[in-house]
Amino acid sequence: MNITVTVGLGSCGIAAGANKTYEKIKALKEQENLPFDLQKTSCIGMCYREPLVEITDETGTYIYGDVNEDRAVEVIEKHINQQDPIREYIVYTDLFEASENDFIQSQVKIVLRNCGYMDPESITEYEQRHGYTAMKMIVMQNITREEVIKTILDSGLRGRGGGGFSTGLKWKFANANKSEQKYVICNADEGDPGAFMDRSVLEGDPHSILEGMIIAAYAIEATGGVIYCRAEYPLAIKRLNIAIGQAHEKGYLGKNIFGIRGWDFDIYIKEGAGAFVCGEETALIASIEGERGMPRKRPPFPAASGLWKKPTNINNVETFANVPWIILNGAAAYSKYGTEKSKGTKVFALAGKIRRSGLVEVPMGMTIKDVIFKLGGGIKNNKRFKAVQLGGPSGGCIPDYLSDTIVDYDSVNATGAIMGSGGMVVMDETTCMVDVAKFFLDFTRKESCGKCTFCRMGTMRMLEILERITNGKGREDDIQKLEELAYQIKDNSLCGLGQTAPNPVLTTIRYFRDEYEAHIMHKKCPAKVCRPLLTYTVDQEKCTGCLVCMKNCPAKAIAGERKKPHFINQELCTKCGVCFSKCKFASIILT
Amino acid sequence: MRIARINSKSEDDKSETVDLRLIDQLIEKNKAKKGNLIPLLQGAQDIYGFVPRPVFEKISAECGIPLSEMFGVATFYAQFRLAPVGKHIIKVCHGTACHVQNAKEISESLEESLKIKDGETTEDRFYTLESVACLGCCSLAPVMMIGDQTYGKLTGNEAVRIVKNIKLGEQN
Repeated sequence: MNITVTVGLGSCGIAAGANKTYEKIKALKEQENLPFDLQKTSCIGMCYREPLVEITDETGTYIYGDVNEDRAVEVIEKHINQQDPIREYIVYTDLFEASENDFIQSQVKIVLRNCGYMDPESITEYEQRHGYTAMKMIVMQNITREEVIKTILDSGLRGRGGGGFSTGLKWKFANANKSEQKYVICNADEGDPGAFMDRSVLEGDPHSILEGMIIAAYAIEATGGVIYCRAEYPLAIKRLNIAIGQAHEKGYLGKNIFGIRGWDFDIYIKEGAGAFVCGEETALIASIEGERGMPRKRPPFPAASGLWKKPTNINNVETFANVPWIILNGAAAYSKYGTEKSKGTKVFALAGKIRRSGLVEVPMGMTIKDVIFKLGGGIKNNKRFKAVQLGGPSGGCIPDYLSDTIVDYDSVNATGAIMGSGGMVVMDETTCMVDVAKFFLDFTRKESCGKCTFCRMGTMRMLEILERITNGKGREDDIQKLEELAYQIKDNSLCGLGQTAPNPVLTTIRYFRDEYEAHIMHKKCPAKVCRPLLTYTVDQEKCTGCLVCMKNCPAKAIAGERKKPHFINQELCTKCGVCFSKCKFASIILT
Repeated sequence: MRIARINSKSEDDKSETVDLRLIDQLIEKNKAKKGNLIPLLQGAQDIYGFVPRPVFEKISAECGIPLSEMFGVATFYAQFRLAPVGKHIIKVCHGTACHVQNAKEISESLEESLKIKDGETTEDRFYTLESVACLGCCSLAPVMMIGDQTYGKLTGNEAVRIVKNIKLGEQN
């Protein structure tokens, strides 16, 4: 059997140096004429161990982690030349207990079925993994549009972009509106800070998105398709373009596709220009039409009057990736995963203070605790788990004591957070919740399109209050004011951005009111993040008297002599934090 | 913060020589298409690094799009710049994962070292410093991106070292 060596070249892998690893292995192979095939794949989700190299030989499959150039030389020498796998570097294998086995084995991969298992730039490999079989099956078995829509309805698939609206119903509405021209749009404008699920799918399995869109186009009789993709994802755009070209050659896109006479359907990519609000479907349509991405009033819904005023169906990347699998395996196979109202699986991007940051796909109904501790490996540096932020700027923070909440749309909504697109940012005791709320408000304030007064002005006013609180100038009635503003904004904004913008503030007030009170009443930041509320002193025992803090202090508030402990004059100290970051001996104490 | 996108000294534009022929092809390609404004601006920015005023005027005249509409769109999206930028743009990620892992320190160290504020360009027009929302490499937080290269798991000192090395490398 041939030996294959595969290097993971997703964005995160490349950022971690996977291109260098690939070039190194390629050079070794060519220099010594080594007997293996060298291949590329995309993200398998284990971002925290990138660069990853997978070796498959007659004994089995082994994934090596943290393979920099030096390690690559070592691995090739031992594993390929001496047939002696290096156990300590292996993070996953089905042959023995490796460090990350449970990470892979506790997942259910439907959306990510191909990510990390094939070359995303090869249509042949996609087809070998049952790619385009779902669409071919529809053609061969003469499955009607109504039957396709029924299968999607029965599967219980709900929009994975965050809204959670039934995908089947959306298709049904779009199908019911008759028109010469109709459109299918894929929303790939993943703007949530802290979320990268869609990026990984676009980079790792672009054909599954095309196939999902083609099936949707068949179901609603669409004539044109658009993928609205963030310009910040250059690799995703490149791979989508390659995939579209290949699909054309095969007759899967273009004229009379899949041999169906008179069915013309094509897809093009529209690069977003950087506006979070364009994730909202009517704003996205405005942006494709070349205008400012401002939401429009609904109804009419896009299913009736969307792009260029034609019936339009918009789904998210992850939703489309589910579609071919559901058609191929049947609605029942899909709906056997999940809870009563949330079927199937959900992809989460784990990030923040978590040991294994990366992508995971779990069945709906798993507890948040299991996702963070079983899959995510718990908190970095043995710190205490404090909260998890779900749903990005539209979502909220769920505290540690509610971590038994299960992952499903309704249970997460009940906490005040939202499922969102799947960003899960984990926070530990060193994260200040008021600061986090301020961070999100600052984001939504900048991204508010300005159409609705409550969103435009209200987020600004809320941010000002939060800034005041974190600067030690909070007033007693500030919490109440924040809440009042929050409900006004929620009630009086046109689109999802404004309606959900106050969520991070509301949930942090609900679960971490004591932290707000500490900032306002006692002028203290318990997590020691808000600098104006801290007092900087020098640890007299640890200080070596190196003069570094003194030289760097912009306020000349530090006094001392060489080799003698220094002092900070509290009256002069501007609390800028420079001494703390410059000290090499950790002798600046924050209280 | 976004890069200062509107040039306050509009007279400066005229001192910059802009070769308007460079966009002829772009205009030809997009002229007749529906919803062509954003691709036109994106294409122009790829050519000039920003969208100079004469380019606005030319596109407006040839494609029949009112200047006001063009300006409205260009100032709406974060991507468009109306003032020249440095040779390299340092994008410091301030996404959630980076924020909770002290992205502030990265920005502050770079500001101190380059002697510019967020959104500004160095005097020699070598670097522009910009903080961005999320680069999608959350597992490597905190992160910055220069050109196509992403640098992860940074500290303030490490970021400064990388930036200095790139400049040294190009000077030699």
